[in-house]
Order: sequence, then structure tokens, then C-alpha cells
Amino acid sequence: MIGITAYGGYVPRLRLSRQAVAQANAWYAPQFGKAKGARAMANWDEDSITMAVAAARDCLGAAPDRRRVRSLYLASDTLPFAERLNSGVVAGALTLDEDIDAIDLGGSQRAALSAVAQAVARVQSGGGDALVIAADNRKTRAGSSQELEYGDASSALLIGTDHVLAEYLGGGTLSVDFVDHFRASGEEVDYHWEERWVRDEGISKLAPRAIEAALKQASVPAAKIDHFIFPCAFAKMDAQLAKACGIRPEAVVDMLTEQVGDSGLPHGLLVLAHLLERARPGQYILLAQFGSGAQALVFRVTDAIDSFKPARGVSGWIARGSEEHSYTKFLSFKGQLAFERGMRGEQDKKTALSTAWRHRSALMGLVAGKCEVTGSVHFPPSRMSYDQGKPLQDTQRPYKLADRPAKVLSWSAETLSYHPAPPHHYGQIDFEGGGRILMDFTDLDVGEVSAGTAMEMVFRIKDTDERRGFTRYFWKATPARAAAANAPE
Amino acid sequence: MAQGIKDKVAILGMGCSKFGERWDASPEDLMLEAYNEAMADAGITPGQLDAAWFSTHMDDVGTGRGGTPMSIALRLPNIGVTRVENFCAGGSEAIRAAVYAVAAGACDIAIALGVEKLKDTGYGGLPLSTVGTYIPQWYPNAVAPANFAQLATAYRARHGVDAALLKRAIAHVSVKSHANGAKNPKAHFQKAVSEETVLKAPIIAEPLGLFDCAGVSDGAAAVIVTRPDIAHSLGKRDLVTFKALQVAVSNGWELQSSEWDGSYVHTTRIAAKRAYDEAGITKPREQVSMTEVHDCFSITELVTMEDLFLSEVGHGVQDVLNGDFDAEGRIPCQIDGGLKCFGHPIGASGIRMLYELYLQLQGRAGARQLAKPTIGLTHNLGGQPSQNVCSVSIVGLEGA
Repeated sequence: MIGITAYGGYVPRLRLSRQAVAQANAWYAPQFGKAKGARAMANWDEDSITMAVAAARDCLGAAPDRRRVRSLYLASDTLPFAERLNSGVVAGALTLDEDIDAIDLGGSQRAALSAVAQAVARVQSGGGDALVIAADNRKTRAGSSQELEYGDASSALLIGTDHVLAEYLGGGTLSVDFVDHFRASGEEVDYHWEERWVRDEGISKLAPRAIEAALKQASVPAAKIDHFIFPCAFAKMDAQLAKACGIRPEAVVDMLTEQVGDSGLPHGLLVLAHLLERARPGQYILLAQFGSGAQALVFRVTDAIDSFKPARGVSGWIARGSEEHSYTKFLSFKGQLAFERGMRGEQDKKTALSTAWRHRSALMGLVAGKCEVTGSVHFPPSRMSYDQGKPLQDTQRPYKLADRPAKVLSWSAETLSYHPAPPHHYGQIDFEGGGRILMDFTDLDVGEVSAGTAMEMVFRIKDTDERRGFTRYFWKATPARAAAANAPE
Repeated sequence: MAQGIKDKVAILGMGCSKFGERWDASPEDLMLEAYNEAMADAGITPGQLDAAWFSTHMDDVGTGRGGTPMSIALRLPNIGVTRVENFCAGGSEAIRAAVYAVAAGACDIAIALGVEKLKDTGYGGLPLSTVGTYIPQWYPNAVAPANFAQLATAYRARHGVDAALLKRAIAHVSVKSHANGAKNPKAHFQKAVSEETVLKAPIIAEPLGLFDCAGVSDGAAAVIVTRPDIAHSLGKRDLVTFKALQVAVSNGWELQSSEWDGSYVHTTRIAAKRAYDEAGITKPREQVSMTEVHDCFSITELVTMEDLFLSEVGHGVQDVLNGDFDAEGRIPCQIDGGLKCFGHPIGASGIRMLYELYLQLQGRAGARQLAKPTIGLTHNLGGQPSQNVCSVSIVGLEGA
């Protein structure tokens, strides 16, 4: 049996109030006055790579041994790098083995489903467990409907043969150049054609062909589908499609529009990951996405479904949201509003790539050095240990810190330097079992931390070299309070 | 234990420029201001200088690198000029090098000069600096106020001190330094401030407000040192001699292990113990007449009183609020205004601290003269609480 053996997702903490956007733009775009709910909004230090890491960690959990993952498919239409393997960065952050196959995919809204199909094929051919991650952090025009409809998120599935939670039964694909929207290389924002044409001539005619093919390969009649997932920003498009395909209306799954928005490419897997949290054994799931054709996958939930819980789960991430009412913050974080930075914001952020490679384990994987004689933990790892009066040499072994509980020793929040989200919080973090790092904090409000506050690690953008177009990543500390509130039992 | 430096070297002359936002002066002008005063005070000619040590920290916004900037600015007679850089403790390091050269007999007369030109950056606060190619890839884009503010958060946690009480104690530190600076014509800030003003100032790095931070100043200071016998032969009396020069440098233990609790400065305690040993001081609270400490931030000064063993650990708040370190207190601290008000031209600060002790010990401190000090201590800290260079020096009247 081949199928989903683990799942997870990620929704950034910030949720932009749609009313806040509508009110800010009411003078220009009054048609959005009745917008409801919130859309997920990536923090300034999040992009598709960091969100991919977050979803994968939600899926894989804190287990230090990730050797079972033999391939990584990263699907995104908003990858930060056109050349530099984005999935390679993710693999480094996840401390996956270096001899895995890491692949970037994109180009359409259904690329995550393509990635799942590829992963299934790899597992079928004996290639070992495959990790599929999907993430998007899209830009929109101010005052557009997409600005309100979209949301930033990521999702992850592990495809394998052991302890399958949802068996893969079959799939169907249609690849045609139906251009409902497009974005040329180097452009930031999608260009959309008329909605009515896309509905009538595109989705209504093309998606059923992929769905029918998938159901046929799975040998599951449409009426037996218990959960139908079809992400689409168009109102009731999923229900129309279900009807056209003979799927029961009650099978149509909620698309998290009010809480997250349409995250784009990762949305199908995000909703699937959310659904799997409550799916029951024997249920059939049909997942379809539209884009340059359409793709559909059919799964059957197994008896093992309750044996797995994601680290926090999509519902956990949704529950930990913090509503954001500042529209200018949203624009600034999306790089669409250039605030005055002061001269302190002029500092060059050039990255020495040779240094980065030499220290890749510490920088990407947050791997410290643990002295095998004294047990002392060192970050960054070094040839000599700090043990006072008796520094030992070459006794440190790799020791991962990213998933260990930690707390604040000291902190401050300063307003002197340029920071995209002032005040700049940082401080000393002590890890349970040893190890200390003076590091940046993120995703927190003033007054939220004090000495002793429990913190957890997140992989984020450290700095952006705007002159050369390079992004460097590192780990930051964020209050663990949300984890405690929503921790799986 | 090494023999130590006690009474082997004396101060022959000192000079210090006016500190402040010296829009009128280049680093060369500042150096000359301090040098002229020091040479006149010593009563020697350039040909009598055997060697020079030159301290400057932020070369890229100031003088540029190497020893040449000092040699060229002062047209020195082709003697050796060695650039010394050790964060904010560079001035004390230049002194130590010059003193050691004299004590070794390699030089009869040596000069140490420090200068910093910080106000040619176009913005407030300390200039941005670079830290190699690895550290920026993981370490926060840290600034001094937030580095030192963490002393406050850890101190509160360690000693269970209420945030408002600590805020009031560190405000007292700044109020005291402003009162002292008001009597110092060379100080950057010469205006007394009220506790209310300090407490209400905008926050720079939680919990430090504007008045908890030292001035960012231009300035230069110089000291000429020689052997006591040479000083006597040049007609000098009331010699001020070096009793101890100690430096302790972090090796990563504080920042990397989980053992340091963040509420004190580890190296200060080490350097202070060594300095008291070297100077033969067994009861610092009774034997030290006055201190000039590295009050880059008010919280640093409070914690330093404990680290120098002038307050019991955990009693700093109470002692500060008691006025123990005020001008009329048991051990006056920053009688010249300190980094807070005299100013903090980084490479010069260690020498500026010594300048005040020298004037006070010789009874030449004018309106702020203390009653008969005999032993003075400078504490000069470079870096941040969790990783730093700490210098503790003790000077006193010859024979004291």
C-alpha cells in the first residue's frame, strides 16, 4: 500500500483583517466594503522557503532521525530563487541526508498535485519515502480582489508505504494551455482573464476530465466520494463542479476562506492536511486543482489514520492567529511600500558564500556541537570546547537544537537600528539539555517575553541582500505559547 | 604570580580634548588638542618620546587604519607607532602597552593616545560596524543599547528586582553623572537633569531610555608615561603611579554555555580580583578613593559596582539609591561625568578615565575636586556583557 504516511501544514501567525484592507482602500475600491474574515499574511521574514520548512516540520515532527526521507519535492509558484535549488535550502534546514533527491516544481496552481503524483511514482519504484512540500507567498496589486482573496500558507505530505494513513488509489491529469492567469518571469503579480470565461470555458469543461480519469483509475464512483477538495477563489465553483461530476454536495470541503484565504498552489494539500485531522477510516477523498489543465487524486483513509498527529496541525496554526489591522504593514512586508529606513538601513548585507558553505550545518540545520566527554553544548560548534580551565579539543559531535525546548535568559527590544518590524527583539536563549544562542526573536508583540519565557525555533529570513538579490536564512526564537495552547494530546 | 607593575611607572603628563559633537574638528585636530596639552604638562619635546601606542576603534569612519594617522597628525619623529584596537577598552590597552614598554626598560618615555571621530556618519548612535563573514549570518544585527539592556532583564530575574525599582536606580546613576558633568568644562553634556526627565525619556532598548545611554562623542586623550626616577629628574612632584593594569577577555563561556546567568559581567570580576592583587588592595571598599567606570549604559555602572566588589552582589540597587557613588558618597564614581556626560569617543575613553584620576589625585580637578583621593580605579569595558574585553586599572599617589 502506498499513500500518505504523515501530513502537516503551516499558516503564518499574522491574519490580515479584510475589513482593514477594505477600509484603507475604500476611497479607491469601494466594491470590497463587505469583505469578511481575515487572510493569512506572511511575516517580513517569511517566504516560500521558510514556510515550506515550517510545514515540513509540522509533518515530520521533532524526531531527530529523518533518514527515511529519500526525496524532497518542493512545489511553489513563488520560489525565492530562480537558480539555487530552493528545495536544497529546505533540505538543509530539515537536516535531511545529503544524498537525497531534492526537486523544485512550479508553473501552475496544480504543481503540488503533480509533485504528489511524482512522489507516488518514486515510492512505487522503490525510491523510499518522498516528502512533498507546497508553499506560496504571493503578491497582488493593491485594491485588487486577489489582495483580499489570497492568503499565505504551506503544506506537506510524506508519501511512503509504512503506516499509510490515506492510501493513494489513482489520479488523472490534463495538461493544456488554458491561460486563466499568468505571470511572466521576473514579474511580481498575476494577470487574470475574465472570471466568467474561466468558470464556463475552463474549470467547468477541463476539471471534470481530470476528475473522471482519477475516479476511473481509482475504481471509485463519484457518488462514493466523502470529501471533495477543489480550491478556487470563485464563489461556489467547487459545489458546481461537484454537481457536474456527480459528487454529493455535502462532500464539498470548506476551503478555509474566512481564516486563511486562497493560498494558491499549496491550498489543496493544506485543506487535505486539515481534513485528515478529522477524517475517518474508509472515507474516500478526491483532491483536484485547476491550472494549465487540471489534476485530481483519489485517496482512501485507512484504519491507521488516528495513529498520527501533526506537530501542531493546520487547525492548530489557524487557532494561533493574531489579527492584523495594519494595511501598511501588509504592503511593507510584501515589499510594496518602501518605508524610510534611515542611514542604519543602508548597511550592506552581502553574504560570503564560502563561509556559508563551511558552516552550513550550523546555519541551515541549527546543529550545535556536543562535547562527548563533558556533555557541554556549543553553538556555533567549534574545535575547542568552552569548558572553563579544561578546554577539550575535537570532542564535539553534531547535536541538533531546532526541536529542543528553550527559554529566554535575557532580552531587549530596541528601536535604534533599522528593522522591518520594529522594535527589534533579540536575546539569549538557553536550550533544555544545554546550548545557548544570542538570537533574533520573531512573531511576537512587545511585552510578550520576559526572562524564563518558553521559546521555540523557527527557520526564517535572516537578511536580504537587495543589491545582489540574495536571501540568507537562519533560525529565530518565537514564544512557544501557541504550541502549549494547541499542542496535540 | 608575576611581579606586577606597581609603582614601576609614573604619569609624566596628560591631555584631553574637549569631548562632544566636534563638527569643527577632524580626528587629526582632536589628537593635536590632547597631545599639545599632554606634552606641555609633561614638559618634554617630541624628540624625548621613544615610542607611541595609538588607540582608535572605528577606523573606517575616523582616522583610517594603522599607526600612520597618529604619526602624521602629530608629525612624530619617526618613532614606532602601534595601533591598538580592543573595542571600547582600546584606550586602556594603549596605556598598558606604553606602561609595559617603560617598565621593561625598552623605552624611557612613551605616549599612549586615543581618538575617535564618531560624528561624521550622518546619523545618531554608534556607527554600524562589521564583524567578519560568519557572525552576520546568524547573530542578530545587534546594537549596544540592546546588548547592555539584557543585563537589566537578567539582573531583574536573578535578584527578583521589580522593574520599576531597577528603572529608578539606573535613573539615579544618570542623574548623578549629569550633576557631575555640569562641573566639567570639557564634558559633552554639562547640564544637570531631573530623575523625572530620565524616567520619561523615550525608550531606546527596553528598559533603557535615552538618558540611560552614554553620549556618542568625538574626542581624544593622551598620556605620557615614564619611570618614576626619570619623572623626578625632570622635576615632577606628587607623582601618580600605576598600581595595577589588568585585562580579562571572554573566551565564549558566557555566550555559549548555560552557566552564566547574564546578571553580571564575568570578566570584570576576574580583572578586578587580579588588579586588587597586583595593587596589594585587600579592602577595596575602604582603600579605593574613587572610580571611573565604563558607564556606557546606566545599568552597566550599577552592575559594575557589584563586579568591582564595591557593592555586595544584589545590593547595587540599594547602594546606588543610597547615593554611595554620588560625588558626596563613600566612593564617588564618574566625578567627571563619565561616559554618560564627559562622552564616549571609544578609543579615547580609557585614557580619559585615567585623565580624571590623574587630575583628582594631583588636586587639579577644579570645581569637581574631591577631598584628598589617594587611590583611583578605572574600569574600561569593550564589547557586550556576554562577550567582552575588560580592563581594570588602578593608579595612586606614589607610595600610596
